[in-house]
Amino acid sequence: MTDSKKYPNRLGLTGWLGGGRWGVERYLYTLHRLSGLGLLAYFLLHILVTSSRAFGMEAWERWMGIVGGPVFRVGEFLVYLAFAYHAINGLRLVLIELGFAVGKAEEPVYPYRSSVNVQRPLMVVAMIVVVVLVVAGGYQFLGLSH
Amino acid sequence: MKETKYWTWHMFAGVIILVLLGLHMITMHLNTILGLFNPFGGEAIEWANVAARGKLVIYAVFYIALLGIALYHGLYGFRTILFELGLKRGTQKFINVLFVVVGLGLFVIGTWAAIKFQTVAQVI
Amino acid sequence: MTDIEQKETDIAFYIRRYVPEKDAKPFWQEFTLHVEPGMTVLDGLHRIKQTQDPSLCIRYSCRMGVCGSCGMLINGTPTLACNTQILHLTKSRLTLASLPNFEIIKDLVPDLTSLFSKHRDIRPYILREDKEEMLNPSGELYQHPDELLNYLQFTYCIKCGCCMAACPTLATDPEYLGPQAIPQGYRFSTDTRDGGFALRKEIVGSAHGAFRCHYAGECSNVCPKGVDPARAIQLMKRQLVLEYFHLKKWQKPGGPLGKPEHAERKPEVPDAPPFTV
Repeated sequence: MTDSKKYPNRLGLTGWLGGGRWGVERYLYTLHRLSGLGLLAYFLLHILVTSSRAFGMEAWERWMGIVGGPVFRVGEFLVYLAFAYHAINGLRLVLIELGFAVGKAEEPVYPYRSSVNVQRPLMVVAMIVVVVLVVAGGYQFLGLSH
Repeated sequence: MKETKYWTWHMFAGVIILVLLGLHMITMHLNTILGLFNPFGGEAIEWANVAARGKLVIYAVFYIALLGIALYHGLYGFRTILFELGLKRGTQKFINVLFVVVGLGLFVIGTWAAIKFQTVAQVI
Repeated sequence: MTDIEQKETDIAFYIRRYVPEKDAKPFWQEFTLHVEPGMTVLDGLHRIKQTQDPSLCIRYSCRMGVCGSCGMLINGTPTLACNTQILHLTKSRLTLASLPNFEIIKDLVPDLTSLFSKHRDIRPYILREDKEEMLNPSGELYQHPDELLNYLQFTYCIKCGCCMAACPTLATDPEYLGPQAIPQGYRFSTDTRDGGFALRKEIVGSAHGAFRCHYAGECSNVCPKGVDPARAIQLMKRQLVLEYFHLKKWQKPGGPLGKPEHAERKPEVPDAPPFTV
């Protein structure tokens, strides 16, 4: 058996995105990664741009002029979306990963009720909070409040 | 158990960021509604407001804390994603060193800016 | 599911074939099979093997969801072929492939070696310091039924590999211990008779241990035995974090119960046979 060559059947990066019939949490996991990467990219630039304030008023206003355009405004809103999602979903993950929201071990009786079902109400509440934050933030960010 | 230590602090850093970044967001974006730390009114990023905040020592401390904690949380998270790609040992070591250097570098820049700005803002 | 009226019908089977001697990579082959109500996917594969293509390669043993040999990717979900009725899933087409994240030996047979080696790595047995007592037991070890419930769920694992096929981390990181091994580590560490957490925490808390789980929840969704690996991994993380802050309640595993006092052996009960190993 060791002689024959085996086919490496690892899914690779497509496995992160989910191959088809996966649950909601799989997509939340992928979105958590993507939003985290987006936030990090913004954050690293943000450090450099806002550090310009140490060079005085002109440097600051030049930079604020560059990043004040409509493209950056929409980009900023995307960052806010990522923040709202990453923060609230992150709280949910903290509760789950510290074992507060997955329930105790129980005798499996068909139809099985797993920890995914136990945390589902928390997930729904978290997503509602995200939607509320996004709507409220959109009202403010995209200048609708003026 | 090293990974346990890193991960535990990554998670607690996330909770702290939620609080600090929440305050940051409220200051910067609810300026028209709450007007917190925006003594001159208008946009929170106008120079006069920025300078007024920059004068406060508590604000410098706040920014430096948020900077350090968020850099740790963000770079550890990115490292997790990269490591899960099944990288070679050598590449992993390189990433560890690179992230420590980048993280410390940005922390120094941000800290320098926050402290330097104290004196810049005092002049105004 | 059972309420659906089921009629016998022709189902198109799309099977991902791979013969290592001939093929460079897997290819899809179509079979059409007349399916009757109550027929499982494994039954269907047998029928195809009998009537259409005897070279089709499958692995199975018990045909009743106990042995964990016939795990495969059925219509995109890793599950047991013997446990899945065709007409519960589809009225027209069925896709079958070997479990992902495992190498394919042939056709629908995945190589579960990585599963077993990781399982071995976490020491899936009771670890105790009293070696002498373990070799020559002097009595039973006491355990309360509530203490049993703390880990009973995780003992039902049949090592079919479905959870590891569904795991997104294992899709890219071959070194990750995975949703089979870590719950087994938890199962033994939670056992009140066991004293091995100090050893297992080094393995499970390592760079490719429990912290590579981010709760996509997929392993628990697909587990055919309701073991709920995701729950065990989160509870394991909780133990690791508590241990890091020195908050974990350490309990030394108790010694054996002595012979009962004031009890006499019934004369008609024969002695236990001597140990054979």
